Amino acid sequence: MRVRNKLNYPLYFILPALVLYLIFSIIPSLSGIFYSFTNWSSYTTKINFIGLENFKTIFSASENYLLFIKNTFIFTIITIFAKTVIGLALALLLTEGTKRLAYFYRMMIYVPVILPAIAVGLIFKSILNPSTGLLNTSLRFAGLGALAQKWLTNPHIALYSVIGVDTWQGVGYIMVILIAGIQSIPREYYEVADVDGAGFWAKLIWVTLPMMMPTITIVTVLNLLYGLKVFDIVYVLTNGGPGYATDVIYTAVFQAFSQGQWGLGTAFSSLLFVFMCVLGYFVIRLMDRGQSRD
Amino acid sequence: MLAKRSRQAVFHLLAILACLISIIPFYLIVTNSFKSIAEASSMSAALPSILHVENFVTVVATGKLGTSFLNSLFYATGSTIIGTLCAAMAAFVLSRNRSRFNRFLYFFIILGIALPTNFFTLTKVMQITQLINTKIGILILYAAGQIPFGVFLIYGFLDTVPKELDEAAIIDGCGPFQLFFKIIVPLMMPVLITDAVLSFLGAWGNFIMPLYYLNNTANWPMTLSAYNFFDMYHMNWNLFSADILLTVLPVLFVYFAAQRYILSGMTAGAVKG
Repeated sequence: MRVRNKLNYPLYFILPALVLYLIFSIIPSLSGIFYSFTNWSSYTTKINFIGLENFKTIFSASENYLLFIKNTFIFTIITIFAKTVIGLALALLLTEGTKRLAYFYRMMIYVPVILPAIAVGLIFKSILNPSTGLLNTSLRFAGLGALAQKWLTNPHIALYSVIGVDTWQGVGYIMVILIAGIQSIPREYYEVADVDGAGFWAKLIWVTLPMMMPTITIVTVLNLLYGLKVFDIVYVLTNGGPGYATDVIYTAVFQAFSQGQWGLGTAFSSLLFVFMCVLGYFVIRLMDRGQSRD
Repeated sequence: MLAKRSRQAVFHLLAILACLISIIPFYLIVTNSFKSIAEASSMSAALPSILHVENFVTVVATGKLGTSFLNSLFYATGSTIIGTLCAAMAAFVLSRNRSRFNRFLYFFIILGIALPTNFFTLTKVMQITQLINTKIGILILYAAGQIPFGVFLIYGFLDTVPKELDEAAIIDGCGPFQLFFKIIVPLMMPVLITDAVLSFLGAWGNFIMPLYYLNNTANWPMTLSAYNFFDMYHMNWNLFSADILLTVLPVLFVYFAAQRYILSGMTAGAVKG
């Protein structure tokens, strides 16, 4: 049987996928760790070892890199929270609240997910325009002119505006996964709860949420992986501005790339790589458990 | 009964509101793409007074959309075919022959879902392989990027394809290629379509790889051209809306044609994962 397995399921079927993955993902990531300790730049061909200099720069208080890391974390934590809460509310609405048309609603709410981030970003640049944008004109029309803001140019608000747009775009994805989670809860639990006279909130807290924990974990992991690597939407909406108010890790990496500071940029990328590897280890353990479950 | 009715009505109103909020930006670009430059200057939600269809002609001509459209089509289709095929073949063997080594390989590959890209060393790889600034280079980058998720998605689905079929085919004298292409691939069609659609949408919307690795505008996909178009004509919201509309139309078309596969695939992968 062993021999037959090897014959019928040959290793060379894996090779194309493995080779592409190694060349374009693993090799760049691992060699990046080596280049992190050099003064690699686009201006010279000579590369010298400079020890921990790049990391000292990243972690020094006089530079802005710590701010970029902080912004990335703020972005990630708030989007995890917002997408999960809103996604769960929508998922409940489309499973418990409305039965008829639920599929149609779900299809519509999912539309932003498939739009290219560049299109979303550019459209919202117009919607969030302080004087002519749809958001501020609607607010003024509703007599709420005091709430009108310079959404993308006020350094205190810009990051939250970006978070808002990203949540708008991503929440449909999270909702769809949460709906599947809700639908996989056995009906009997609700029937028992009904017999006990449990209302909506009691059922939510004692049945739905505990049963949804595996799905919520997955959604959190997906949002976490996305948030730490976010680039497109920030780049298009604000390009890190005003000042450095919305700069995240990957916009800073792009700047380092454009300015030729390759050693520094590589060090920054490698930090994220190591962090993601650790995270990835837990994700895999989670996925493995999910697969042995069924 | 009445209370239940009115509660239902509230739920439906809320759901409709959520739908409207989800598609308002799309409505904005559709209406504004038909307006005159003055009418579109505020990107308001009002309907156009006259339909300026010529906006689309202008955009296609000045934005060189024909070339970018073909480029996007080339990148998205090519990478989808290569990526899905590679992922399916790997997932098939990894799932069927679960030796210790193959278990390790499976986890090693799906770790790629989490890994960030190092654009600096990837530049070096692209230079060494002579793929930098080439169309085929972008196509291969997309294909490689799709593989970890594809393997994960297809591997999960293969549990539902009984192994007895393999054994019957093998007894009948099928080699690995025949077994895979004639027996397994037809049975995997639902998940292959899901993976292909997700890959296509991902590749069509991507603009970070071209941003880093294509400096020749003739090779740009629609996303990057649209971004550039915005820089040049950002006062002309009508033309700009038309450009965006043309960029997202193919995506919407694929979505509505294949949304059954997208929603089912999303949930299959995630609930399992």
